[in-house]
Amino acid sequence: MPASDFILNDFTISDNTPVETHTLAVLVDNDPGVLARVIGLFSGRGYNIESLTVSATEQEKLLSRITIVTCGVPHVINQIRYQLERIVPVHCVVDLHVRARELGQDKPIQRELALVKVLAKGINRVDALRLAEAFNAKMVDATVEHFIFEVTGNSSKLDQFVSLMRPIGIVEICRTGVAAVNRGSKGM
Amino acid sequence: MKYDHTAAQPVYGREMSGAAIVVQALIDQGVKHIFGYPGGAVLPIFDEIYQQEKLQHILVRHEQAAGHAAEGYARATGKVGVLLVTSGPGATNAVTPLQDALIDSVPILCISGQVPTTLIGSDAFQEADTVGITRPCTKHNWLVKNVNDLSRIIHEAFHVARTGRPGPVLIDIPKDIQLASGFYVEPKFVSMGYRPQLVGETRAIDYAVDLLCAAKKPVIYSGGGVINSGAHAVRLLRELVHIGDFPITSTLMGLGAYPANGKNWLGMLGMHGTYEANMTMHDCDIMLAVGARFDDRITGCLDAFSPDAKIIHIDIDPSSINKNVRVNVPIVGDVAYVLEAMMYRLRGISSMQEPSARESWWQQINKWRERKSLAYHQKTNVIMPQYAIERLYTLTKKYNPYLTTEVGQHQMWTAQFFGFDEPCHWMTSGGLGTMGYGFPAAIGVQIARPDDLVICVAGDASIQMNIQELSTAIQHRARVKVFIMNNQYMGMVRQWQQLLYGNRLSHSYVEAMPDFVKLAEAYGAIGIQCTKPGELDDCIREMVACDKPVLFDCRVVNLENCFPMIPSGRAHNEMLLADEVTDDVMENAIDANDRSLV
Repeated sequence: MPASDFILNDFTISDNTPVETHTLAVLVDNDPGVLARVIGLFSGRGYNIESLTVSATEQEKLLSRITIVTCGVPHVINQIRYQLERIVPVHCVVDLHVRARELGQDKPIQRELALVKVLAKGINRVDALRLAEAFNAKMVDATVEHFIFEVTGNSSKLDQFVSLMRPIGIVEICRTGVAAVNRGSKGM
Repeated sequence: MKYDHTAAQPVYGREMSGAAIVVQALIDQGVKHIFGYPGGAVLPIFDEIYQQEKLQHILVRHEQAAGHAAEGYARATGKVGVLLVTSGPGATNAVTPLQDALIDSVPILCISGQVPTTLIGSDAFQEADTVGITRPCTKHNWLVKNVNDLSRIIHEAFHVARTGRPGPVLIDIPKDIQLASGFYVEPKFVSMGYRPQLVGETRAIDYAVDLLCAAKKPVIYSGGGVINSGAHAVRLLRELVHIGDFPITSTLMGLGAYPANGKNWLGMLGMHGTYEANMTMHDCDIMLAVGARFDDRITGCLDAFSPDAKIIHIDIDPSSINKNVRVNVPIVGDVAYVLEAMMYRLRGISSMQEPSARESWWQQINKWRERKSLAYHQKTNVIMPQYAIERLYTLTKKYNPYLTTEVGQHQMWTAQFFGFDEPCHWMTSGGLGTMGYGFPAAIGVQIARPDDLVICVAGDASIQMNIQELSTAIQHRARVKVFIMNNQYMGMVRQWQQLLYGNRLSHSYVEAMPDFVKLAEAYGAIGIQCTKPGELDDCIREMVACDKPVLFDCRVVNLENCFPMIPSGRAHNEMLLADEVTDDVMENAIDANDRSLV
C-alpha cells in the first residue's frame, strides 16, 4: 500500500456523514474504578452510551471485558476509541463494526438477553405463549396470572418482542445490554 | 498486557513501614525536593521525612501552590515534580494544579493521605473520595489498599507520569497503610507494562518528507510536545528548519524550541499571535504540526483554518490527531524519534526544493512582517506594558532567566515581547489558564535552579491568588523576582468586556489594591515601585541585583489592550491589529453569534 493510501483511511470523512452505531469491545484490568474511568470519559466528553455490558472474562489474566454500544459520526467514534486507549488500565479497544468491515463481514454478532414479566389471564395466555414460541422465548416462571419469559437475540428482536407483548400486559422488563464478538476464528 | 500483575506479590525487599516505603521510593526515583503541607492523614510520612536528609521538603502555604511549584520544578528540570498533601481539603486544593498539569502535559506526582481503610466511606473527618475526584484530572491514579503494593505503585506512577504524553498522577494512601509494615521493592524489580508508541510509522514519515520537499509554501507549527520530548528533539527541529529553510511559528507552550532570534522565526501564532505567523498559517500549502494539538486559541474559526494546506501532524497521543482539525498525514510517535527518522530520510535525498522556488513565499512572509503587528505607541509619562517587558528582556537576557507568568494580558505580552532562545525556560499555564500559577511555579523553578534568575511576570489580580507564597519564598530562600504589571484591572477580562459587552466593566476593576511594597516588606521581602519610564531600567537592575524575593510593582498605563487579536469565531486572516482598533471596531469585533465561543 503506498503511503498516499495510508493517509486516506478515516481522515477524509466530513462531519456531514450520518450518525452510525458502533459496538466497542474494551479489554481492561479487572481493578476497582476502571469502569468509572470508562464511564467518566463518556460523560465528561459528551459521548453517547446506548448499551453497556461489563464482566470479568479472563479470570487468570485478571481482565474484564466492557462492551459499549455507542453512536456518533465516524470521526467521533474514532476519537472515542483513541480516548479509551489513553486510559492506563485499558489494554485494547476494538471497534467491532470496523473490524467486521475489515474482515469482509456485514457486522459483528450481537446478542442481548431480556427477562420479560407479562400479566396474562384467560384468553391472553394463549396469545402470550404463541408469541413467545414465535420468538423462541423460554418460559422461566409462571402462575395462573403471569409469565416470565427469557428471550435472547439481537436488540431489535428484543424490541419487537417487547412491543408485541405490551398490549397483553407487561409488568417489568430487564435487559442485559449487548454482548458482541466478530465472526471467524480470530480473536480480538 | 499493560501490567504484570505477578509483580503484585513481592518476594524480595526489606521490610519497613508504609511511610518509610514512600520516602525510600522517592529517594530511589531520584527525587531531591518535594512540595507539600502536613495534616493528620500524612503525619507518618512527615515523620519519616523528618528523620532523613536526602529528601528536602518545601513547605508551602496552600496545597494549590505545592502543585504549581511541582509543575514549575518539572518543567525546569524535565523530572517528575512531587507534592505531598493531606486528605480531604489538602487533596481538593491540589485539584487545580492536577488539571493544569493534565492539560499542559506536565509530569507531576501527587501523594495524598487518606483516612484509614476501615473509615473510608464513613464520612470521616477530612475524608474525601480523592481518587474519585481526581480521576478525570489525572493521567492515572491509585488508592493503595495493601502496603505490599505500595512501592510497586509508586514506581509505576513515576513511569506513567513521565512516559508517553507526560501528565499528573496521584497516589492516595490511607493512614493505616502508612503505618503498616510491608516489603519494599526497588524500581528495577518492577516491570512497567505501560509502553506508548514512540516510533513513527515509516510510510507516513516518508510521505511527510516527500510533501515537505515539494512544498512551495511550507510552515512548521511547533508546540509543547517538542519541549517535552527533550533536548534532542529541540536540536532536530532546529536542524530541520535550517536545512529546509522553513518558516516556523510556535504555540504558547512551545516557545523556546526554536530561538526567537533565529531568522526563520515568525513569532507565536494564535489568538494573540503575530500577523506574520497567522497569515503564514492561513496561506501555507504544507503544514508540519509538531507536538501541538490544534487548540481553539490556535486555530480560530475551524472552517477557515488553513484552507489550502495539507497537514502533517506528529503527536505522541493518538487522540490528539484529528480531534479538532482533520489532518492528511498523521504520525503517532515521540517527536524526537519521528524527527530523527525524517532527518535521516531528508539527508539522504536531494530533491529538496531549490531555495528560489520558495523565494516568493519568503517575500510574502517578509511583507507580512513589515506590517509590524506588535507595534505600540510609546509614551513619555507612563510605562507601556509592552515597553516594560521589552526592557525586562533586554536587561535580563544575559542571565538566561527562567520566566513564569500568571494568566492574562501580561502573559500574552510576555509571550510576544520576551525572546525565548532556549527550551525549558518558559513556564506558563497554557491550557487551563490558571491565575495563581506563576508565582508558586517560579518558586518551584528557583528550588530546582537556585543560582539562576527566575522571574514571574504577574498581573495585579493574578498575583493575589497565591500571594501567601511570599512566605514560602522567604522561608526557603527562593529569591524569585515577581514583576507585577499593575494596571488596576483584570486586564484581559476588561478587554473582553470592551469587545463584547458594550464596555460595561462588570467587576473587572480591582478596588482596594494592596500596597505591594508594604506587602513585600511585611513578609520580609523587598518591594520596589516604578511609575515612570525613565526610572524603569534602574529599578529592574535593582530588582535583579537583589538576593531576596522581590515584589516589583510596575505601574503601567491602565487601559492598554493586548493586540493583535483574532476575535473568537474568526479566521487567521481576520486579525484585529492595534492601529486599526477604534472604539467602533472594538464594539463590533465579535458578533452576537460568536459570543458564546468564549
